[in-house]
Amino acid sequence: MDLFIINVIDGLIYGLLLFMLSSGLTLIFSMMGVLNLSHAAFYMLGAYLAYQISIITGFWVGLIVAPLLVTILGAAVERYGLRRVHQYGHVPELIFTFGLFFVIEELVQYIWGRSMVNYNSPESLDFIAFNLAGGSIPAYKVFMLLVSVGIFVALYYVLARTRVGMIIQAALSYPKTVEALGHNVPLVFMGVFGVGTGLAGLAGVIAGPSLTTFPGMAFLLGSIVFVCVVVGGLGSLSGAFIASLLIGWLQTFAASYNVGAGDILIALGYEYPKDIYYHPWRDLWTLTLPQIGPILPYILLVLVLVFRPNGLFGKRES
Amino acid sequence: MKIFKKLTAMVMAAGVFISSSAFADTVKIAFIDPLSGPFATQGSNGLAEWKYAVETLVNENGGVLGGKKMEVVALDNKMDGKESLVQVQVAIDQGIRFIAQGNSSGIANAITDMVKKHNKRNPDKRVIFLNYSAVDPALTNDKCNFWHFRFDANADIKMDAITDVIAQVPSIKKMYLIGQDYSFGKAVAAAAEKYLAEKTSIEIVGNELHPIGKVKDFTPYARKILASGADAVITGNWGADMVNLGKSLKESGFDKPVYCYYCAAVGITGTFGAAGNGMLHLVGEGLHNPSPSAAFTEYHKGFKAKYPKWDLSQPRIINATQMLAKAIEEAGSATDMVAVANALEGMEFDSKILNTKVIMRAKDHQAIQNMHVAIHTDDVDIDYDNSGYGMKIFKTVEMASMDSPTTCKMKRP
Repeated sequence: MDLFIINVIDGLIYGLLLFMLSSGLTLIFSMMGVLNLSHAAFYMLGAYLAYQISIITGFWVGLIVAPLLVTILGAAVERYGLRRVHQYGHVPELIFTFGLFFVIEELVQYIWGRSMVNYNSPESLDFIAFNLAGGSIPAYKVFMLLVSVGIFVALYYVLARTRVGMIIQAALSYPKTVEALGHNVPLVFMGVFGVGTGLAGLAGVIAGPSLTTFPGMAFLLGSIVFVCVVVGGLGSLSGAFIASLLIGWLQTFAASYNVGAGDILIALGYEYPKDIYYHPWRDLWTLTLPQIGPILPYILLVLVLVFRPNGLFGKRES
Repeated sequence: MKIFKKLTAMVMAAGVFISSSAFADTVKIAFIDPLSGPFATQGSNGLAEWKYAVETLVNENGGVLGGKKMEVVALDNKMDGKESLVQVQVAIDQGIRFIAQGNSSGIANAITDMVKKHNKRNPDKRVIFLNYSAVDPALTNDKCNFWHFRFDANADIKMDAITDVIAQVPSIKKMYLIGQDYSFGKAVAAAAEKYLAEKTSIEIVGNELHPIGKVKDFTPYARKILASGADAVITGNWGADMVNLGKSLKESGFDKPVYCYYCAAVGITGTFGAAGNGMLHLVGEGLHNPSPSAAFTEYHKGFKAKYPKWDLSQPRIINATQMLAKAIEEAGSATDMVAVANALEGMEFDSKILNTKVIMRAKDHQAIQNMHVAIHTDDVDIDYDNSGYGMKIFKTVEMASMDSPTTCKMKRP
């Protein structure tokens, strides 16, 4: 039971981190109708920029400045790249972002090298926030949690309660009408793309010290973010939120409980082989839930696409 | 215009002539490891070590066979099995007779198969496979062949050394085994189970494999390890999987030893920093705090001057280079591969630099040498990753697993 509670907390922290990535991605998709395949690259860029800044000025400046830099870069990418490609349709846009992913990833590795970098949490957060069931929750994890919740609340407030949010929402569904009413829709697009990538950057900044800042980080997290967005329903912010938490918990719980195929086989009446390392069915006997954990989100993705093609909360008619 | 064409042709012909004559005078080693992509760090570090070893230990001492220089030719395999075999073929086509590879036992298995077949079909163009890092025991057991030589200790030998040390730590009563889900991770788990049962009464409270390179957050694993009440962890993890596991353990409040195969250098030591203090226990050959000899200190200084970014993280490359040069001298040829392999087989080599004897065991071509277990600390003379942190020797097992059995049935030509 204690382990259960601690896993709920760990899964929540991880899920909220996923949400920070998927929120930006789903917003960009609803605006422009294009999946930003380079999204995870901005996440990586955020982590490395924050690492660079933290060497010079410490963690806290990096926390503010790195996401801003990523936001500016994201906006520039929209303004000078994506907007030009836009006129040729969605497929070139998709290919553009696909290419951009590799450009950014290689650029980062060119600048900071191909090994992991020593980006650590600030010393002021290097203590244990509280103990639970013999395990401890470090203060930095609590900080991650607070930042993610803060982002969610802020995002929700802006979209639902402010004038800017109204224009964004209107531009989502009726861009032509919004433009006719005198709003600068391309500017809105640029803003949303900038903020979306900025959120990815922020996710990188706070995840970097915890999940390690290394060249494979974009690739590792990139695909799972798409799963969150598709499962939640493309373009749905609340869907992305629920799906991110769901996948966060799914992965955490799958990794924590060693339910194995062996247990099931024994329950079915088979006998555990003596010399398991040389047994022909060794792979089946030793298969455990943590081993298949990482593919569970993709199984979920396939199931959702089969039974609810619009995602859990998607409204868009395809 | 005609004269110009003639001139170009002449220059080109001369160029070909010069390059081919240079060809004949150098002994080339094809270095086939990842030099791009996510594993490029490991590959590039190894390449620097090979280049420096060949340059300073062979070429600056007059080369081999009366003045022939040795040269390392870097071929990028992108950490891919198929690509590796293509690169082996490229090396063979270029007339290179020595293949050095180390990263990934999966790739080493593929290369050793290819080399075996190639040597059978092309007796006049045989090659030798210098395996400097791939530690899957199978390579010197069931899959052994005459052309494969392993300079690193295999996973079993390392585990033998780890468990020798663990048996002397009375506070360890419960052990957790965790590793990456592939041949090497499985080999480590099997060896740990076997040796712990043979030498100690330690209870194994967890034995699991996680998907390699796919776990984003190791926190749940760390929680599980903590909940199991383990007094120590053994892992064969490398790369980001090692760092993330270690960091998650530390964050979750685990303050006990983690015995590991690959928890130092190539960014790992630097990334751990203070977090690894007293936790990480590395097993390996040629560890160098304190420095094994004045010659090593000198060698290390020279290496750092030339490659400030990299470390001597694989000291066995020094042995591999010197032993190969010695074998070529003894064979009196760098092209008669049977003679060179015969010279390497059973070679007893006294490493002045690493201050250890190295025996290339004849029955399985596995190098036997001193093994160390070392602890991550900032109390070191020679650090890794220019971080101030390094590995300080805690215990040494002399000529580890000297008499270990092998299932190898060596077929000699």
